[in-house]
Amino acid sequence: MSRFTCKDPVVLDLWHAIASADEAVDGAISTTVLLEDPVAFTRSETGDPVVWTYPARTEPELPADPADHLPVLERYGYVWTSFGTPPPDLFPIPEYGEKDRRNIHAATFGVNVSAPRAIENFLDMGHFPYVHTDILGAEPHTEVREYEVEISEERDEIVATNCKFFQPMAAAASSGGTDVDYIYRVPHPYCSVLYKSSPLDESRFDVIAVFVQPVDQEHVRAHMMLTLLDETSEDTAIRLFQQTIFGQDKPILENQYPKRLPLDPRAETPIRADKSAIAYRRWLTKKGITYGVIPAAA
Amino acid sequence: MIRLYDYELSGNCYKLRLLMSFLGVEYESELVDFYPGNRHKSEAFRKINPLGQLPVIDDDGLVLRDAQAILVYLASKYDGSGKWYPRDNPDLLGQVSQWLAFADAITATASAARLHDALFYTHIDVGACRAGAHRLFRILDEHLFFAEEAGQDWICPGDHPTIADIACFPYIILSEEGGISRMDYPAIRRWCDRFKRIPGFTVMSGVFPAGPAADEDSKLAS
Repeated sequence: MSRFTCKDPVVLDLWHAIASADEAVDGAISTTVLLEDPVAFTRSETGDPVVWTYPARTEPELPADPADHLPVLERYGYVWTSFGTPPPDLFPIPEYGEKDRRNIHAATFGVNVSAPRAIENFLDMGHFPYVHTDILGAEPHTEVREYEVEISEERDEIVATNCKFFQPMAAAASSGGTDVDYIYRVPHPYCSVLYKSSPLDESRFDVIAVFVQPVDQEHVRAHMMLTLLDETSEDTAIRLFQQTIFGQDKPILENQYPKRLPLDPRAETPIRADKSAIAYRRWLTKKGITYGVIPAAA
Repeated sequence: MIRLYDYELSGNCYKLRLLMSFLGVEYESELVDFYPGNRHKSEAFRKINPLGQLPVIDDDGLVLRDAQAILVYLASKYDGSGKWYPRDNPDLLGQVSQWLAFADAITATASAARLHDALFYTHIDVGACRAGAHRLFRILDEHLFFAEEAGQDWICPGDHPTIADIACFPYIILSEEGGISRMDYPAIRRWCDRFKRIPGFTVMSGVFPAGPAADEDSKLAS
């Protein structure tokens, strides 16, 4: 039996983002909670992040024996760890390495919702005009036009393509309303990567990723990473633009009921615009995920 | 032009954006990376406000901190009607001041709980903050109930809202982000809806506009 509180083997074996990389500092120990268990992290003298669990209500101390350290990765500006046997590496975001891009940690926000609800909201375009009024959408441009969804067997991820939406102010660098192309990827049960046409170069995409850290089944820390083609806006403006958007989503997320995502297809009534959400729920069911969801009755 | 040192998700900054919108006063926002950058605690910002807090305004060289103080200043200077801060009415002024202090107590409790939940201010005793906020909400709810019974819409008597309403509104309307439900405070909820219908009302992230008010004809005959 696993020594961890979470008993979902699929979730235990995943990589989970636990903090932005600049929070892992040599000489200082920081703490967070992952899957209901307290986790501490620091950065070693050699510059690598070190992560370990420690008993609740105690002061964490770096375990001398590396066997007591958890698996660790530093990717996309975050520290990732796992409670099980994770895959050798994370899903790729090739754009992160492109030299003319700016990679920005927008924020980590605590949200009182399950990780899958947060991901599903990220995939939804239907709420743009109502929740992100005059930024990511505006009435009367409320239609979610037909888009494609496929589950890539080879990469084990969901991809939604050919998504188009009219946006009055698609990014901090936007100067007016435009039809924006979107591609969504869900390469990890609790992570999603969104590509949207860059206001500066139509042939390329800005990338916005959300890495959701499950604190417990109904609370998360949402880490937001941007990799943008924007040479002019200041980091602060880009960061705060993204925070404005997320701040609008937050009360919507926190008022969803039930907080865990129901996987039974009859539990909630989807519309055509929810195609990607339907695929996501099926994909979670197929993976056998039980953490943060209400599994479909067998 | 007035410069507001501003952070979108701050309810205290929102108080000033609200008043300036109600008054039609132009200003420019100087965005401060409050989170995660913590720039309000930086040495550079402490030269502007040694307390390391938002908001701050700079109005033609006059630098002021503290949301409530700035509300008093802006209303006194830019509200020709004198209704938002009734300087010539001592009775009313005393009540406005009383509720400005109450708004500060809401910040110390409801806003602190929100910072705990959303931005990981883990040193905060969130249980005590929530209990404190509920105690204040209960008092305000009762006050607003009796005000309504007396035909009054706002926190202080009169036919016009005051800066006391502005000071109390943001951290009440954002309270659920700190795990503080307004379910048990119906008079507060009605007051929030009235507040959202003040001409010039603007939203911030986490606050949504009210639906259109029911017109008189569609109300149930009483």
